[in-house]
Amino acid sequence: MLKVNEIDVYYGAIHALKKLSFEVEQGSIVTLIGANGAGKTTTLKTISGLLRPRSGSIIYKGTDITRIAPAKIVEMGISQVPEGRRVFAAMTVLENLEMGAYLRKDKKEIARDLDEVFDRFPRLKERRKQLAGTLSGGEQQMLAIGRALMARPSLLLMDEPSMGLAPLLVKEIFEIIKDINSKGTTILLVEQNAHMALSIADKAYVIETGEIVLQGQAGELMKSEEVKKAYLGG
Amino acid sequence: MLELMQQIVNGLSLGAIYALIALGYTMIYGIIKLINFAHGDVMMVGAYIGFFSVSLLGTNIMVAMIFAMIACALLGVIIEKVAYKPLRRATRIAALITAIGVSLFLEYTTIFLLTPQQRIFPQGAFPVHDYNFLGLSVSNKDIFIFISAIVLMIILQFIVKNTKTGKAMRAVSEDKDAAVLMGINVDNTISMTFALGSALAAAAGVMIGVYYNTINPLMGILPGLKAFVAAVLGGIGIIPGAMVGGFILGILETLVSGYGNSLYRDAVAFGVLILILLIKPTGIFGKNTGEKV
Ligand SMILES: Nc1ncnc2c1ncn2[C@@H]1O[C@H](COP(=O)(O)OP(=O)(O)OP(=O)(O)O)[C@@H](O)[C@H]1O
Ligand SMILES: [Mg+2]
Repeated sequence: MLKVNEIDVYYGAIHALKKLSFEVEQGSIVTLIGANGAGKTTTLKTISGLLRPRSGSIIYKGTDITRIAPAKIVEMGISQVPEGRRVFAAMTVLENLEMGAYLRKDKKEIARDLDEVFDRFPRLKERRKQLAGTLSGGEQQMLAIGRALMARPSLLLMDEPSMGLAPLLVKEIFEIIKDINSKGTTILLVEQNAHMALSIADKAYVIETGEIVLQGQAGELMKSEEVKKAYLGG
Repeated sequence: MLELMQQIVNGLSLGAIYALIALGYTMIYGIIKLINFAHGDVMMVGAYIGFFSVSLLGTNIMVAMIFAMIACALLGVIIEKVAYKPLRRATRIAALITAIGVSLFLEYTTIFLLTPQQRIFPQGAFPVHDYNFLGLSVSNKDIFIFISAIVLMIILQFIVKNTKTGKAMRAVSEDKDAAVLMGINVDNTISMTFALGSALAAAAGVMIGVYYNTINPLMGILPGLKAFVAAVLGGIGIIPGAMVGGFILGILETLVSGYGNSLYRDAVAFGVLILILLIKPTGIFGKNTGEKV
């Protein structure tokens, strides 16, 4: 479904991604794990079109999206839950969700998806008129996920959804990710919480200073000595 | 007491004008973090368009205002595209200097094309009557300004709160990258903000023509600065703040010229600016979150 081919991304002189390649198969959960500054966020921003690779290409459903406008990429079915949630704090919960469906015109279907999001996150429903900035961290994460779902994505990019959440909530969020996937949405999950990510993913890539250093089935990587040492605290 | 009430009533129409101009300042600041120093001059252009609409085309004042608003909305969009957009990633000071450049350009192009002479707003466009309510005297001029300003503010509030464009404007003001991830076209949204802000300034320009009866190419400078103070007073970037700030400033100004000395009325605005910067730099409605100003 998504094929990233040898992309090079720079911030000025900083070479953030070096000939990075990986693939995401339709229907799967793929995780990209790596330490701080490895280049995970840069990768997702490049897929969404916020950053442009200097070379290489990104192919989505057979179309080259490397130089396509971000709005078009959303329209084609890729949405993102950005790092740090980035909800619109001064807008209400409902308005945030409406923003997720910004490009859609099918009012009836939007209303249906809204109900679905509220079913999935009843706490958001109770707080629909509340400003997003007044939500707790966990609720904001749910809002960020709900907002991305409102675009009805085929491919959902998630940047460290577990960041800063209590262990119980982290578990809940990962359950939700699994459930979203089981309903047909393909997921590319970026995480530092390697244990959780590997436990729900099909395939995994390990990224270090802008390069893929390891890849394989998530279950295998979980057992790999290198991964254990570097990412699983063992 | 009646005297005080009378002064406040007099201040309302001036305050409404400042509020309209301040709204444009604050919306543009909200979305691209630029103090658009050319904003007062857009208002001046609006006043001239209104003037010519009345004097040459013979339209009534409402139609003149609508013409001015449409033309200035376009002017605002062009200014943004030509002067500010190329600098979106540049330093703030570069953008600020450019804004001052645009301001001078509008002022001196107008002087070049139309001479620096002031023009008298045709009296026939607005025959003035005074009315008496409970001992207060109010002119139809003031009523016209106040009501049209309030109507425009209600329309603006509706657009910003309830329309898709308005929501996109708020989203872009808050977090551009997140807005892009929603599929919002940031460039169009910024253009729309300039269009709205400039249209309000144009309406204010026509109102100033009616209020003072005369217009000239440099008429935008002082009201522009005062409206900027009003925006800061209310909390720059905050729409209700600009409205409240505008009214406070307009009323203060009339009180000072009514009770004190009208020589000091321009100094008041800047005194207010200094005070607010000392006491609460984020303005009346601003939260103390460091970043804002
Ligand atoms: N805007 C920027 N300007 C310059 N360098 C940047 C910028 N953003 C990221 N970088 C650099 O690019 C590299 C990759 O950063 P990135 O944010 O992609 O890492 P990450 O894997 O998401 O890290 P984290 O787990 O901390 O979120 C880092 O060395 C970082 O310092
Ligand atoms: Mg990151």
